Order: sequence, then C-alpha cells, then structure tokens
Amino acid sequence: MSMIKDHIVSLLAKDMREDGRKLTEYRKPITIEYGISAKSAEGSARVFIGDTEVVAGVKLEVGKPFPDTPDDGVLMVNAELLPLSNPEFESGPPSIGSIELARVVDRGIRESHMIDTEKLCIKKGEKVWIACIDIYPINDAGNLFDAAALAALAALKDARFPEYDEKEGKVDYSKKTKTKLPLAKEAVEITVIKIKDKFLVDPTTEEWEALDARLTVAVLEDGKLCALQKGGDGSLKPDDIEKMVDIALEKSKELRKLL
Amino acid sequence: MAYKKRFDGRKIEELRPMEAKTGVIKRADGSAMFKIGKTVAIAAVYGPRELHPKFLQNPETGILRCNYNMMAFSGSGERVRPGPSRRSKEISMVTEKALRSVLDLRKFPNAVIDVYIELIQTDSGTRCAGICAAAMALADAGIPMKDLVSAVAVGVIDGSVCVDVTKEEEDYESGMGDIPIAILPRTGEVTLLQLDGEITPDELKKAVELGVKSCKQIYEIQKKALKERFTRESK
Repeated sequence: MSMIKDHIVSLLAKDMREDGRKLTEYRKPITIEYGISAKSAEGSARVFIGDTEVVAGVKLEVGKPFPDTPDDGVLMVNAELLPLSNPEFESGPPSIGSIELARVVDRGIRESHMIDTEKLCIKKGEKVWIACIDIYPINDAGNLFDAAALAALAALKDARFPEYDEKEGKVDYSKKTKTKLPLAKEAVEITVIKIKDKFLVDPTTEEWEALDARLTVAVLEDGKLCALQKGGDGSLKPDDIEKMVDIALEKSKELRKLL
Repeated sequence: MAYKKRFDGRKIEELRPMEAKTGVIKRADGSAMFKIGKTVAIAAVYGPRELHPKFLQNPETGILRCNYNMMAFSGSGERVRPGPSRRSKEISMVTEKALRSVLDLRKFPNAVIDVYIELIQTDSGTRCAGICAAAMALADAGIPMKDLVSAVAVGVIDGSVCVDVTKEEEDYESGMGDIPIAILPRTGEVTLLQLDGEITPDELKKAVELGVKSCKQIYEIQKKALKERFTRESK
C-alpha cells in the first residue's frame, strides 16, 4: 500500500497523476441520467464520474411531521455502501462510511434549504410529505462523495409527486402528477483532497487511500458555502482551507453546468 | 370472466422485452445486468476469495453466498425499508440453491464466492431476474459452470397459464397463482420452484412446461450477452 502512495506522491511532486489528469481536473465523462427507476421511484438518477457509478432514488410518502416543526415536510437521506460496488465493503449494519456519506449529502441539501419544506405541509401538525433519498454506489472507483451528492440532487430534480387522495388519506403510487418538488436552491458538493502539500479533486481509489486530509465543500449558485466536512488523519492549515475552498468554488461551476 | 387478454396486450406465452449485458461493474470479478420489462436486476460476483468469519470455512470445498436486495426506492408502493427482511433473506437462500448445482467448488477449499444482487426498478419477477443476472455474472467471473441458469415467473390467472407476469397481473382481483421457476437450460432440470396461490395439479404441469420453454428463450439472450462480452474483449 505504501508503495502505491510513494508512487502517487512522487508523481504529484511533478504535478502529475497516474491517469494523466491535471490536479484539479475531473475524470471524463461526467454523465447524469434521469429516471433510471421511473416505474418505482418518484425521482431517480444515475451519475458516472469516470468509472465511478452511483444511483439515487427519491420516494415520497405522507406521514406525521416532527412535533417541533409541525408545518414542515421531512427530509431523509440514506446511503448504503453496497458490497456489490467494492470488494472491501461488507454486508451488515450501516458502516461508518455509509453514515458519513449520507450525512454529508444530507447537510448539503438541508443546509442549503434546497427543498422548501413548508410547501411539503399538507395539514399542519398532522400530515406532511416525507422525502426519502436513497443513495447506492454501483461501482466505487473513488470520489463517492461528489458523485453521491450529484446523484441525490439529480434525483430530486427528477421527482414528481404521486397522486394523493386527501379524503382517503392515501397515496396512489401508480399515478404520478406533473408537480415537481419545490426546489429553491441547488448545492453542489466538491471534495478536495490533500496529499503532502498538493491539492487535487476527483481522487481515484488509490489517491483516496493515500490522502492525508480531505475537505468536502457544498457550494451554492451565488458562491456561498452551506456545508463542510473535513476528513482524513492529517491536519489543515487555515491557508490550506482557503486554497481548497477556492478550488471547490471553481470546480462547482463545472459540475453545475451538467445538471 | 376468464383472463384471456393480458393487461399489456401480450400473448400468454410471450415474454416482456429483455436486455442483458455483462461486465457492468468494473471493480467486481464478474458482473451482469438483466432487464425484463421494467424489472432491472444487476449482479456482481466477488471471489473465489477467503471466507470470513473463518469458522465457516470448509477445507473440502468453497461455498456460494448470495445476497438479494431491493433498493429502497425500487418497490411498487412505499419505500422499502433498507436492510435484510424475512423476504429478502428467503430469496437470497432460494437463489443460492438455484445456482449452486451448476458450480463445482471443490477446487476452492476454504473460499467463498459472493454474489450480490440489487434491484434498481421492479415490476414483478425480481428473484428470477436476479437469478438470470447472477448466472451471467458467475460466467463473466470465469467460475467453472456446467450450465447457465435461466429463470422466469409463470402465473395462473383465472385458468390461463401466462408467462412472465407483471405487478398489475399479480394484483389481479380474483387472485392468481405465482410460480417462479429456474432451470438449467441444457437439461431442463428445475433448480427453483415456488408457488403462491391456488392452482390445480394440471395447471402446475402446464406452468412448468411453459416455464421451461420460456427459460430457453431467456437462455439465448444470456448467451448472446456473454458472447458479446468476449468478442468485445478480444478486439
């Protein structure tokens, strides 16, 4: 393992990467496919970043709001690191990796106030729409965070409400309306990793395993930030953070164009 | 009223359109996608690899371990709660039995071959689509097999024996018999057989016959996808 890291580090010293990319260059192509589970999910999407493939689906249910927010709909984000997508992933209860991935994507959506949750209220204190986003990697070739956030956002954009009979209090999942989810803003997440004194985006599996520190930044259209997650065993200087955020701001424009 | 005209206009012996592809997951040792109608299954094979926990290891032979899972958004109604359920555990088990007899794992002592099946979108026949994808993924992984495995669900609706039933047919008002069948296409031997619903012995006989006949059509699609993969690679 450390041999691979040595190799990555020696290449980075010359500003080079194993696959020939620039340090702040994403793999190509990045593709977004909508409606990949149109029969089942209210919204769905598949994202490819190079060989990394992630799918996400949105289900809309009617349920009770939380007592402290009686006129707000509910948002839930769940991710599962499927053993199908990576030989290292294991079956069983959610791993810490799954939980972190879900929570980082969740914060990007929640803290950007992407979904106008008040518009998800059907009857104050009693009935609201609950939006559940489920994220699954299909092939993990690195950079799951950015791919997962992009897939979740694309699935939300693809979502249409099912028919709801207010008298009966029943959702008819076989009938989809044309009404979209009330999306106010769109946060894009960019992960910048640090290896020695170099910063790079869209790491491969090998680069991910060699990282000293990482920073995931959720960026809004107007350049504001709404969620951050620092990871990795290494530390970051304030100056590093500034550089990483700058890279994230720049790259977010590229990803946003794809939506 | 007898069920003569199918909801989607198919003939009673007509399968839904199918699509199959292998090598869909690069990190896996073998993988495949199998789509029938709107049901989409993907399967990945990892192994043979060392089996953990160790006490499960068998020095005489390798073992096969299957895991069937529906993605939380892939159900017909509400969200499917993530994680194993009684249903998914049973399906994993019968899938394993459906595939096991084509493998000779004595050459892989203490090892496991893991098969992971995920459903992305469903419209009935999910265990059968999963088995079709898994058999192709095993072949794609280069595991020695004496045959492929093909599977389809046959339904008995108001006395009509129909192949490859949809969710709409499964919910038929007066009830129906649902019979998932897997066969080894070369010999016609049956490795999966289940029934849900009331049918006569005569209807069962017809259902098995139709199942075997239909699986042979599915086999051709699976074979074609595997051949395409190898001609693709040799280029």
